[in-house]
Amino acid sequence: MTPAVLFASETGAMTAEHAGWFLENAWIFPAIPFVSFLLILFFGKRLPKKGAEVGIAALSAVFVCALIAGAQWISHVDAAGAEHGSEPAGETDEGGSHSEHSAARLGVVRQGTDLKLAGTGSSAEEGTASTKEAVKEGVEAAAEEHHVVLPVVTEWKSNWWTIGGIDFGVGTFVDGQAVMMLFVVGLISLLVHIFSTDYVAGDIRYTHYFAFLSLFTASMLLLVLANNLVMFITAWELVGVCSFSLIGHWWEEQNNSNAALKAFLTNRVGDIGLLIGMIVLFFTAGRGETFNILDINIAAASGTVSHTALLVASLCLIAAVMSKSGQFCLHTWLPDAMAGPTPVSALIHAATMVVAGVYMVARLYPVFFEGLSIAGSPINALALVGAITTMVGGTLAFVQRDIKKVLAYSTVSQLGYMVMALGVGAWTAAMFHLATHAFFKACLFLGSGSVSHACNHSFDMKYDMGGLRKYMPKTHATFLIGTLALAGFPLLSGFWSKDEILAGTGGFGLSEGANGNYHLMLIMGLITGGMTAAYMTRCYWLTFLGEWRGADSPNAHHAAHGHDDDHATAVAHAGHDDHADAHDTHDAHDTHDAHGGLPHESGPRITIPLMILAALAALASLANIPEAFSFVPSGWRLRFEHYIEPTSTYFPKISHAEFSPAIAAISIVAALVGCGLVVAYFRKVQATDPKATELADGPVSRGGLPKVGYNILANKFYLDWLYTDVIVATVKGPLARGANWFNKYVLDAIVNGAATVSKRIAGFTYSVLDQQVVDGVVNGTGLGASETGGILRRMQNGRVQGYAALMFAAAAVLAGVFVLAI
Amino acid sequence: MWLNQFLLLGAVLFCIGVYGVLARRNGVMVLMSIELILNAVNINFIAFGAYHGTPIGQVFALFVIAVAAAEVGVGLAIVLLIYRNRSSIDLESVDLLKG
Repeated sequence: MTPAVLFASETGAMTAEHAGWFLENAWIFPAIPFVSFLLILFFGKRLPKKGAEVGIAALSAVFVCALIAGAQWISHVDAAGAEHGSEPAGETDEGGSHSEHSAARLGVVRQGTDLKLAGTGSSAEEGTASTKEAVKEGVEAAAEEHHVVLPVVTEWKSNWWTIGGIDFGVGTFVDGQAVMMLFVVGLISLLVHIFSTDYVAGDIRYTHYFAFLSLFTASMLLLVLANNLVMFITAWELVGVCSFSLIGHWWEEQNNSNAALKAFLTNRVGDIGLLIGMIVLFFTAGRGETFNILDINIAAASGTVSHTALLVASLCLIAAVMSKSGQFCLHTWLPDAMAGPTPVSALIHAATMVVAGVYMVARLYPVFFEGLSIAGSPINALALVGAITTMVGGTLAFVQRDIKKVLAYSTVSQLGYMVMALGVGAWTAAMFHLATHAFFKACLFLGSGSVSHACNHSFDMKYDMGGLRKYMPKTHATFLIGTLALAGFPLLSGFWSKDEILAGTGGFGLSEGANGNYHLMLIMGLITGGMTAAYMTRCYWLTFLGEWRGADSPNAHHAAHGHDDDHATAVAHAGHDDHADAHDTHDAHDTHDAHGGLPHESGPRITIPLMILAALAALASLANIPEAFSFVPSGWRLRFEHYIEPTSTYFPKISHAEFSPAIAAISIVAALVGCGLVVAYFRKVQATDPKATELADGPVSRGGLPKVGYNILANKFYLDWLYTDVIVATVKGPLARGANWFNKYVLDAIVNGAATVSKRIAGFTYSVLDQQVVDGVVNGTGLGASETGGILRRMQNGRVQGYAALMFAAAAVLAGVFVLAI
Repeated sequence: MWLNQFLLLGAVLFCIGVYGVLARRNGVMVLMSIELILNAVNINFIAFGAYHGTPIGQVFALFVIAVAAAEVGVGLAIVLLIYRNRSSIDLESVDLLKG
C-alpha cells in the first residue's frame, strides 16, 4: 500500500465526528460572502442600496454562523474534556493516568466514513509501521498531558482533480484557531461593511467596492478553513488580488494605483518563498503524496521528517510571512496601502490579508517549531524577524504626520510582536494578540476614518486636526480606548496579550515555563512597548488635544474645493474670502456634509461599530485571564488557550509561560515612561500656542545626531530608496545599459558574424561551386552534344545512296569482323 | 562442288546489285538493283536448301519474292511521287533531310 493511503487512514483516526453541523459544513463560511460577491457584482447596481445591503446581510449571516460554530466548538472541546473523567474542563495540565481514556477516545474516532478519503481502514496495516507507531505514541503522549481535542476535518471532494497520480482535494479543517478567526473576520468585516455605507457613500464605484469587500472576506475565510496547501495558496493569492483591487479603489490618482501595484508586487516576492516552502513540505513532510495540512503537521510534529528539510521549508515560508504580514524588510508596501479607503485599511490590517502570514505560521506550527528548533533555543530566524520588525515599525511611527500611517506602522510593529511570539514558542499568546489587535486596530482605523470624515477628508494630523475631543466625543472616547489598549494600558486587552508574548520569551528567567530563553526578544519587546505608548500618545494628542488647526490648514481650501462639487461656486468663494461666513453658509448645507466647516461627530453607522470594537478592545482580555490570578474561578482562567490551542499530535508539544509580575511591571513602567515623555513634550510645545505641533527650537531642528536620526526615520530607513533607487535603478540603469551593450556588441556581433560567415560561404558556393563546377558540367554536356552533333550532322546528308553506302560498308566491316573473329 | 557455283553466282549478282544501288542516280534503276540483291539472296537460300535437302530454302525464297513485290510497289509509288513533285527521279537531288 502506498503511504498516502496510510496517511489517509491516520487522518481518519485524527478526525472527530459529530462535532456540530457548522463545524462539519464549514464550507458555508466562504460560500456566503462569495455568493454575495456575485450578487452584488451582477445585480448590485439595481438594488435600492446599491448592493451594500447584500454584503451586510451576508456578513451578518457569516457572523451569526461563526457564533454558532464557536458555541459548537466549545461544546466539542468540553465533550472531549468530559470523556476524561470528572476533572473540570478548565484544567490544561492534568498529568498522569489518562491513557485508557485516550484509548477510549480513539475508539470513537471515525475510521473512514463517506466524507473521508477512500481506501481507509483495512489498508492501514500494510503501510510502513514507523509513522503509524509514532502517531499512536504521539496521540497517547499528548493525551497524557491534555485531553485530546480532535480537529473537524471535512473533505468535500477528495479528488477534485488529479495530476501525476496525486489527488488534489478540497475540504475544510476546523479547529480552535480557525473558529477564532471565523469570529474575528466575520465580526470585523461586518462592522467594516456597516461603517463603509456611510464612509464611502456617494462614491463612484460604491457597488464595486462592496463586491470586493465580500470577495475579500470570502478569500480570507477560505484561507482560514483550507485543509490543504493548494487551497491555502489559492486563498492566499485571492486575498492578495482583493487587496490590490481595494487599495487601488481610487485608481484615478497615480499614487493610489502605484500603492496597489506596490502591494501586489511586493507580495509576489514573498510568494516565491511560499511556493518553494510549500513544495518542500509536499516532498518531505507530505512524502510527495499529499498536500493535506493535517498530515504534514502530524509528520512534522512526529519528528520523522528530516530537520534540514523543515528548516529550509520554514525559512522559505518566513519570506512569505515577510511580504504578506509586513515583516521587515518587505513591509514597505503596508504603509503605502493606506492609499485605499480607510475601512479597507481596517479590514486589511485587522482581520484579513496581513494576518494571513501569521495565520500560516500558526497553522503549520510544527514545521516551524521543529524546523527552527524553537524549544530551548536563545534565538531563531522567525523570532529575530519579528523582533526587528516590531522595533522598525515602532520607530517609524514617530515621524508620520498622516494618522493612518502612524496606525499602519503600528500594525507593522504589532505584527512583529505576533511573529516574534510564534518565534519564541508562545503560540497562544500570538493568536491572542492577533485577536485583540484585530479589535483595537480596527477600532483605531475606523476611528481615524471617522476623524478624517470630519476634517475635510484629510489625514494630516498636524495641519487638519487637533482639539477634536470636544467636536467628536464618541469617536474620541473609542479612539482613546483603542489607544490605551494598543499602548498596553493595564486591564485593557492589548496589555494582556502583549504581556503574554513578553512572558513567552522567557528572557532572563523572569517568567516560568517558557519554551526557550530569548533574552534579546524580551528586551526588544519591552523597548517597543515603551515606543508604542509614546507614538500612540503623540498620535492621540495631535488629533484630539490642543486646538483645532483645520481652519488655518493649507489643505482646507483645497479640500473645500475638492468636495464642494454640488455647492454653488459662490459658496466656495465665500469660503476663500471669509472663514466665518463660510461656516455659516456651510451650515445651511449640512444635509450634505459640512466639509470645510467645523468638525462634527460622524453618524451612527460610523460610531456604533466604533463602540462595539472599543468594548471588545477593552474586554477581550477577559478571554485569557492568567492562571496565576487565583481569585478568579478556575473555569474562567485561560479560556482562550483552553479552547483555541490544539492539543493533538498535529501540534508540537509547547510549554506555556506563566504570568510574570516582574515583566508586567517593567512593561507598565516602559509604557508609562514613553507616554510621560510625549505628554511632557506636548505640554512644553503647546504651553504658549495651543495650535503648535512641534518645538520651534527642538533637538531635531538644531541639527546634529537627532537630525540625522530624524532623517533616517523620515526616509523609512532608506528602504524604499534601497528598493527603488538602488535595486530598481541599478537594474534600470547600469545593468540595463550593460545588458544593452552586451546585446549590441556581443550577441549581435555573434549573430552578425554568423550571418557574414554564412554569406561568404554562400558566395563561394555560388561563384565557384554552382557557377563553375555545376554549370560547367551542365554547359559542357550541352557543348559536347552540340559539337558532336556538328560533326555527325555531316553524315546526314539526306542522300539515300550515301546511307546505303554506309550501311553496306558497316555490314562489310561487321562481316569481316565476324569472319575474322570466328 | 556445285554449291560453290551457286554461291559465286549469288555473290556476283549481289555485288552488281550493290553497285547499282550505290552508283545509279535513277530511282527506278536503284529499285531494280535492289531486286538483283534480293534475288542473289534467293539463289543462296535455294542453293542451301537444295544442298541440305529441305524445302525451307524455297519457302524463304518465295517469302522474299512476296516481300520484294510489296517493296517494289511501295518503292515505285515513292519514285512516282518524287517524279510528280520534281519532274525528275534523280536521287542526287533528293536530299531534303540533310542535317
